[in-house]
Amino acid sequence: MTAPRPSAADAGARLSFDRGAPGRRAVDVPRWPNEQTPLPDAALLRDGVRLPELSQGELVRYYTELSVMNYGIDSGTYPLGSCTMKYNPKVNDLVASAAGFSDAHPLAPIDGMQGTLRTLLELQRGLGELTGLPHVSLAPAAGAQGELAGALMIAAALDARGELDQRRRILVPDSAHGTNPATAAMAGFTVTQIPTAADGSLDRATVERELDDTVAAAMVTVPNTLGLWEHGIEDVAELIHNAGAYLYADGANFNAIMGRARYGDLGFDVAHLNLHKSFSTPHGGGGPGAGPVCCSDELAPYLPTPIVAEGDDAVQLATPQRSIGRMQQFHGNVGVLLRAYAYMRALGLDGLRAVSGQAVLNANYLRALLHGHYDLPYDRPVLHEVVFSGSRQKREHGVRTYDIAKRLIDHGFHPPTVYFPLIVEEALMLEPTETEPPEAIEALANALIAIAEESASDADALHSAPHDAPIGRLDETAAARKPILRWTPTEES
Amino acid sequence: MAGPSTTDFGSPHPYIPATDADRARMLARIGVDRIDDLFADLPSAARDPEIALLPPLSEPELIALLADRASENSATSRPSFLGAGAYRRSVPAIAAHLAGRSEFATAYTPYQPEISQGTLQSGFEYQSVVCELTGMDVSNTGLYDAASATAEACLLAVRATKRQAVALLEPIHPGIADVVRTYARGARLRIDQIDSTDAVTDDHACLVAQQPNFLGGIVDLEPLAEAAHQQGALLVAVADPFALGLLRAPGDAGADIVTGEGRDLAGGPAYGGPSLGLFAARQQFLRQMPGRIVGQTRELHAADGGQPRTGYVLTLQAREQFIRRERATSNVSTAQSLIALSFTIAVQALGPQGLRDAALLCYQKSHDAARRIAALDGYEVTSRDPWFQEFLVRGPLPAPQLLAQLDEHGISAGLDVSDRNEPEARDAWLCCVTEATPAADVDALVAALSLVGGETDGGS
Repeated sequence: MTAPRPSAADAGARLSFDRGAPGRRAVDVPRWPNEQTPLPDAALLRDGVRLPELSQGELVRYYTELSVMNYGIDSGTYPLGSCTMKYNPKVNDLVASAAGFSDAHPLAPIDGMQGTLRTLLELQRGLGELTGLPHVSLAPAAGAQGELAGALMIAAALDARGELDQRRRILVPDSAHGTNPATAAMAGFTVTQIPTAADGSLDRATVERELDDTVAAAMVTVPNTLGLWEHGIEDVAELIHNAGAYLYADGANFNAIMGRARYGDLGFDVAHLNLHKSFSTPHGGGGPGAGPVCCSDELAPYLPTPIVAEGDDAVQLATPQRSIGRMQQFHGNVGVLLRAYAYMRALGLDGLRAVSGQAVLNANYLRALLHGHYDLPYDRPVLHEVVFSGSRQKREHGVRTYDIAKRLIDHGFHPPTVYFPLIVEEALMLEPTETEPPEAIEALANALIAIAEESASDADALHSAPHDAPIGRLDETAAARKPILRWTPTEES
Repeated sequence: MAGPSTTDFGSPHPYIPATDADRARMLARIGVDRIDDLFADLPSAARDPEIALLPPLSEPELIALLADRASENSATSRPSFLGAGAYRRSVPAIAAHLAGRSEFATAYTPYQPEISQGTLQSGFEYQSVVCELTGMDVSNTGLYDAASATAEACLLAVRATKRQAVALLEPIHPGIADVVRTYARGARLRIDQIDSTDAVTDDHACLVAQQPNFLGGIVDLEPLAEAAHQQGALLVAVADPFALGLLRAPGDAGADIVTGEGRDLAGGPAYGGPSLGLFAARQQFLRQMPGRIVGQTRELHAADGGQPRTGYVLTLQAREQFIRRERATSNVSTAQSLIALSFTIAVQALGPQGLRDAALLCYQKSHDAARRIAALDGYEVTSRDPWFQEFLVRGPLPAPQLLAQLDEHGISAGLDVSDRNEPEARDAWLCCVTEATPAADVDALVAALSLVGGETDGGS
């Protein structure tokens, strides 16, 4: 079975650079057979570059070996809350890989790019319909970049009103994703944190107290990161607007409400979506994603460029009148956008409503199955995800949420999001998504119940978990204290 | 278009496994009658709005529609000499194959290292490759694209120097300059596009220079680094990683931060994205870096009698938004990991000799094409030597007219740069030939140019 080669047990210590042999190569490069042009001055050139030398088969085996140490949504249930790890339909990859899409130069003549542009226009319109915010730029490469675009659009609109110097604050709930306050700061604002009330919604009294003519906007995640509907968000929108500020929707949790409620109808001025979440495009271990920004009529002139627009006889790339400018050198992660389009078309409106309905049903089913086994600080029916707390296990048995997550790996599941949102002690944030069958949700619940019982009977088994993973717990403290961040040769020749 | 339905939906969709019977059982366990009851918290006025979406398609219909759309992109089936930030490359076939493995493609950000060693160890390989190519000490796991990575580099320089202005050295890609301007809005930075290092002053946080530059020229970065450092500014080099197979590593020439675009070597132009922003820096800027960083470590406990094994984790996370929030070094979260993986495999497949040979082939093919064009009546190549893969051509007609005529011949001959200030760009266009440009395409270009030139001669 396993090849008896030296150090095979410590595969992580053998990087590609440590494999192969001098002179091996994985691909051939043709030689230039004709007249040779002299090279530039040697001072401008390099002597060589240190790269591994492996044959093609060796390189394929190495990365295949790495791949099987990874867990993806195709491997099993991946209830990583707030990340919407749903099944990624393969047809999306297939259709987006056509040479007519992948070979397209970003500066190619517009009339020779109508297939892509027509498709992007239809996606843009679909996202405008689904969010109720009809003006859309597909350019942002990920959710956080969509947030930055939205915050800069708000700044530009305030600047046009002559109020940017005065309105310096953005209100952000304490349950928000870290990207929200980080984005506000990058866009030049300060952050005022809004506490969460006992019902899991924004603390209204604080919002009312903080709202004045120094506030630029509020960034709110709907549904919020507790998986709960933001009670009275439409009234908050009115308060915000009456104070002369804008309301931003973090659309990370859009999967809960697709086809059932729209940010525009609720009073939001601008929102971003994460197409690598709600629209099923593969996350790739950390991207590529796509974070389109959608907005109202009022903010439309400030959208980042480009937007896709219907021209007289062809679809065009256009720049809004008072655009904040480019977010990307070219047009964004087009390959991801094509996959999201395929997803939207495979489902249609009824299908997307079925998605949100089933996602919410699955989360509530998981909530019902686990109720009583773990603490539930906000004990309300949820939308797409549910946040339990491991505080009882910690208090009674000295088992942390960290240990519970690691033990879940031994049961064959990817752990939930842990220690987020920050306002829930020992948080376990579970989002099953609509693509898990009920049997998988029951198996996940049973595993978590078994772990809760084990925390009473054999806490050590949890403290040392995982036992059945490709590698054991790693020393993260040492990694940060004495960072080793790249390969270096063991001996310099 | 069907109106919004308030009843529960019917038969399962291929992506949604639950059946009506499953749903009935689940609803009973929860204690509600209908799925709609789970949405009771939503304000009734905003529930179930009218939404106009295109009708759904079955899988065969979807495949047929998008095959039609792809074939409508006629630009992809004609000879093209467009470069200007996106280059056709001979990408090793194994890159797409391996990066397409679903264990890589369908994973999230590696928050659980015990079941994410594939992504993490690959990320460490990527960081190693980028450091080797750029001559930098440390790399993150990649940002969105070259332009946004360059904007992040400027923000880092602003934090590091506590200055409020940035100098961009022309010729620089206008898309990169635009993105820097967008990112500079928040901090209200002054952006100066300068023609000479004489214009660098002690209120610039950094000098940004492209290698090769926007007009294709190979740049000697060393005097730029000296000029920047003399004013206490950093040098940010925006380098094409493919060209770095041949060119001196920017770090060896004195650059402090190196950014670049990895998309072309990772896969293809794909109408601009998914892209890949390289970001590497000197050690002293490590804790100011944006983005994810992978570190090597060991197991806390050895398994049964052995030694603790080597493994990889996300590290130095105290810089990042999910911990540091408004004091983070950047808001970036999801970036371009899978493209970084493909880039790593492509570079490693080429290896030290192959990467140099491919860059040399690109250089030779491009210069050969330039020689053939310069030999035509009425054409001259106006680029200043040395240049890498893009050259400026001045023809018998102003560039816009000439490019339009070539377009009618079914050829995208390049990018019109005739409105730029550089004297060599006057009336010229930017023509790109790489190692992957088919020889027949170059023949077609040369033939069409001689024809266009001939038409002009005949008409005058």
